[in-house]
Amino acid sequence: MSRDTDWAVEAHGLVKTFGASRAVDGVDLSVRTGTIYGVLGPNGAGKTTTISMLATLLRPDAGSATIFGHDVQKEAQVVRQLIGVTAQFASVDERLSATENLVIFGRLLGLGRAEAKRKSAELLEEFALTEAATRPISKFSGGMRRRLDLAASLIAQPPLIFLDEPTTGLDPRTRAQMYDTIRRLVATGSTVLLTTQYLDEADQLADRIAVIDSGKVVAEGTSNELKASVGESSLQLRLSDPADVEDTRRAIASVLGVEATTSEPGRVTAPMTNPDAVTDLFITLREAGIRLTEMSVQKPTLDEAFLTLTGHGVAETTEARDASEPERVSA
Amino acid sequence: MTTTITPAVPDIVPGAARQPRNHVSLEQTVRNSFTMAYRGLLKIKRTPEQLIDVTLQPVIFTLMFTYIFGGAIAGNVSNYLPIIIPGILAQTVITTSVVTGVQLREDMDKGVFDRFKSMPIARIAPLSGALLADTVSYLIATTITFVMGFVLGWRPAGGLGAVIIAGLLVIVCAWAISWVFAFFGVIARSASSVQGISFLVLFPLTFLSNAFVPVDTMPGWLQGFVNANPVSHLITAVRDLTGSGTIGSDFFLALVGAAVIVAVFAPLTVRAYMRKA
Repeated sequence: MSRDTDWAVEAHGLVKTFGASRAVDGVDLSVRTGTIYGVLGPNGAGKTTTISMLATLLRPDAGSATIFGHDVQKEAQVVRQLIGVTAQFASVDERLSATENLVIFGRLLGLGRAEAKRKSAELLEEFALTEAATRPISKFSGGMRRRLDLAASLIAQPPLIFLDEPTTGLDPRTRAQMYDTIRRLVATGSTVLLTTQYLDEADQLADRIAVIDSGKVVAEGTSNELKASVGESSLQLRLSDPADVEDTRRAIASVLGVEATTSEPGRVTAPMTNPDAVTDLFITLREAGIRLTEMSVQKPTLDEAFLTLTGHGVAETTEARDASEPERVSA
Repeated sequence: MTTTITPAVPDIVPGAARQPRNHVSLEQTVRNSFTMAYRGLLKIKRTPEQLIDVTLQPVIFTLMFTYIFGGAIAGNVSNYLPIIIPGILAQTVITTSVVTGVQLREDMDKGVFDRFKSMPIARIAPLSGALLADTVSYLIATTITFVMGFVLGWRPAGGLGAVIIAGLLVIVCAWAISWVFAFFGVIARSASSVQGISFLVLFPLTFLSNAFVPVDTMPGWLQGFVNANPVSHLITAVRDLTGSGTIGSDFFLALVGAAVIVAVFAPLTVRAYMRKA
């Protein structure tokens, strides 16, 4: 039996149906060891269901998946020894304290009494929860819960960590801390598969992104590839004299060889297929005495990519996020 | 104030370099179950009020049944005590085991069970551990029933040793029967429906027995059921032990009944639990 060491996750044609709805409808995923992989999609796209199947929590109706070469169905118990799962809702015991929770998980994972206590103290310290260690979890804030939840997933030092929407409900500061934590996990040799409905989060964290919608992967690649798939960057110029628009468009057509558009008076937008030729354009404009008040290069955002890929935009995603985190809107 | 978070992962052993096993040993199953039982005990420690019914029920039931039925069935209370105390004991402790199913349902609805499912532990441990922790409730109910009996004037002729063996027998059988309620706990949608179904099973099991009245006063068709009911054998075994310090065939029939219940319901419960996963 060959075990490919390069791939932490390989999934082919995963399907899960709940009644009449196909929550996951033929998902393929390949996650390279030592990377952060982002599964991006709106609510109800099938992200959690996909993770549940990979984490042996749900049995796929069709398709197969391996974790470090081990089949999630035939070798479920092996897979469980290789993964840490941080679900969307805190999977810790509300009535117990943080220490008690971690000690119980440690004992279940085969640590001795003293070892489990030591490990739990170590994790609490590293996740800045030492002061709250003896308080019941029901008194914890959202950010503290997520941190404790992640700490609980790291007791066994698993080489693969599933994070289902790790920053949902976190304020901007704890969100940034969570980003740091995730990056450091990968720096120490872990592989992270995370889901998110935040486009910028996938953009910032993930080495590769799968965009998933209605149970299907609609696009896959690096964030740059995804953005590129939507279209090239565009050059935007604002002229000091709107009367120069026609001359400018002619110059662009001759130097860059593309058709420029005018959206408002004095504003010219041109697709930028060859950035190298832009210098020539500026020289031409200077020689023609056309003065600019502003110039910028606009890269397509991941939001635009998402809109193009899923065909229905991110309206519901943005809405959900605005509702849950008003502070991010003003930021 | 800024806190820097450093993950406690100094050197991750690569997934491909690990040698995991796909098999859970019996030793690990036992160890996991005891850890889960420890968790159950911690929860009792945090919310001791969940033991109120376990403590009050034996007191109320013993007083009630002894004084209501005592005169009618045995002529007077003191003659009735050797009959009713074993009956009440079995009835209260088994009733207590219904709580197991109800609490299991509540527990399973919490997120922590998702984590248990994703961990490399024995699949049965979250269930067997919860059931194991509940034997503490049975011990409390057993002790209080015996003490109440003693206060009312019950003097078991079998001696202290026999009383302790009888108590242990009841706890073992109640633990076995709690698998039935655990099964309802796993398959039911809500805690209240677990309680509803469980009482439908509980009442025939405890009342259609020799717990309160002599079997020969019942119609013939009912005697058949009552004599086959493992609870009747359990009660007779406890009467033998406490009354004369003897272990008869009923002792072993009760244990066989308990074993059969576990053999049937433990796999059913675990399978249902895994399917719900």
